[in-house]
Amino acid sequence: MDAEITLRVDGEEHRLTVDTRTTILDALRERIGNTSPKKGCDHGQCGACTVLLDGRRVNSCLTFAVAHDGAEVTTSEGLAENGELHPMHRSFIEHDGYQCGYCTPGQIVSAVGMLEEVGNGWPSHATENVSAEGNAGLSDDEIRERMSGNLCRCAAYANIVPAIQYAAEHGEGVERGGNA
Amino acid sequence: MKPYRYERSEDVSGTISTIAEEPEGAFLAGGTNIVDLMKLGVMSPDMLVDVRRLTPDDVEETEDGGVRIGAAVTNSDLAAERTIRSRYPAISEALLSGASAQLRNMATTGGNLLQRTRCVYFQDTTTPCNKREPGSGCSAIEGHNKNHAILGASEHCVATHPSDMAVAMTALDAFVVTHGPDGERRIPIEELHRLPGSEPERDTILEHGELITAVELPPTAFFSNSKYRKVRERASYAFALVSVAAAMDVEDGVIRDVRIALGGVAHKPWRATKAEEALRGEPVSEANFRAAAEIELEDAEPLSGNAYKIPLARNVIVRTLSDLSEEGR
Repeated sequence: MDAEITLRVDGEEHRLTVDTRTTILDALRERIGNTSPKKGCDHGQCGACTVLLDGRRVNSCLTFAVAHDGAEVTTSEGLAENGELHPMHRSFIEHDGYQCGYCTPGQIVSAVGMLEEVGNGWPSHATENVSAEGNAGLSDDEIRERMSGNLCRCAAYANIVPAIQYAAEHGEGVERGGNA
Repeated sequence: MKPYRYERSEDVSGTISTIAEEPEGAFLAGGTNIVDLMKLGVMSPDMLVDVRRLTPDDVEETEDGGVRIGAAVTNSDLAAERTIRSRYPAISEALLSGASAQLRNMATTGGNLLQRTRCVYFQDTTTPCNKREPGSGCSAIEGHNKNHAILGASEHCVATHPSDMAVAMTALDAFVVTHGPDGERRIPIEELHRLPGSEPERDTILEHGELITAVELPPTAFFSNSKYRKVRERASYAFALVSVAAAMDVEDGVIRDVRIALGGVAHKPWRATKAEEALRGEPVSEANFRAAAEIELEDAEPLSGNAYKIPLARNVIVRTLSDLSEEGR
């Protein structure tokens, strides 16, 4: 059964007729031709398909496109502006935060969404006292916990954590975290 | 995946009458569980009624000084909500210990309560499962059952309820507000989920087409001294082997009041009323915590692979209550 929807992907509007079973991930990859988000497990367990949906990081494999008519979607590709890499992209390159690269677009979008969450004062399971006022800060443990929805089967974690830490410390990841 | 019709209604009553006419229809909120189950072929609704924009997505104070949580509030928004963090920290902690950040950003309060078990046989359509296909048998009783129930199970099903949030809400006396074909009702959360009995296909007492619109928390002051402790096989992003939510009111070293609920041990969040009764009016001590935990676990019936859950649950109860008695002083 088909439905007509509009998705705004990386700043560009797309009108599509989709089967109601189409996920946002499949709409992006198979219909719009944006292969930046990857299909890893297709069950919401690996995070390779992570995109920002109306500004928040989600698993695009578990969202039916029909339920998000008019939504704003940002992929890793869309984080780049005017052909310039996002600071989070650059930090992953500088810190060698990947091996095969398959999980990387999901990791990068997730990291950008995560810094926004930290900036908004959201606690995590690694936060000592959820009742406390103020920001949880961003220890390595906080990064590991907050990024646990993104698996890297090459186990590049030892470089992913410093890559995110560097981008966070240099303050640019947060500013550029919204929709392009 | 079977084709399905997507519907969205402007109001609650329209939604309820739409789904009432479609016995194989289901509600869609965040979708994080049902979309997966549809991909697996475990669920195959003819129609999905999208309720994500239909129920409230905010947290507000109630007339009695408690809190009403709209069913569409996402797990991440609820965990970050200031009122929840300060007055009901066990709920925030439970939410933050569940799933991943991406899933919490989509998953809703109503959907979290109605998520299905993660029993491997339920999710595998090639194996018998009474919950998925009534009468086909239970593969877990003689199979891989280390994650399964030790309390309240039946010969038909030994699955556990997977929610962390619901365990914390069970400890904190929450009510679930629903709208159905017969109007509105307010259900104590302890009565929402069922034990499997001979009808394991029914997770809850809700009727077809009955929609959760909100969860209400009472204004109980000592719930600010509450905690959620979860034991799992890895540090993050895993379901509970055993979890404990508890709240305690301590004065001069005596337990004035206490609430305890267990996760990962039964077909529903398990309110530990026997342990609570044993502790009221007793002095704070590890020996008393242990004795109360043992009273609650007396009825436990382990399967071939999950006897470890009995001492684990006892120890996690003792540890959680010990933490609360320190902080409550």
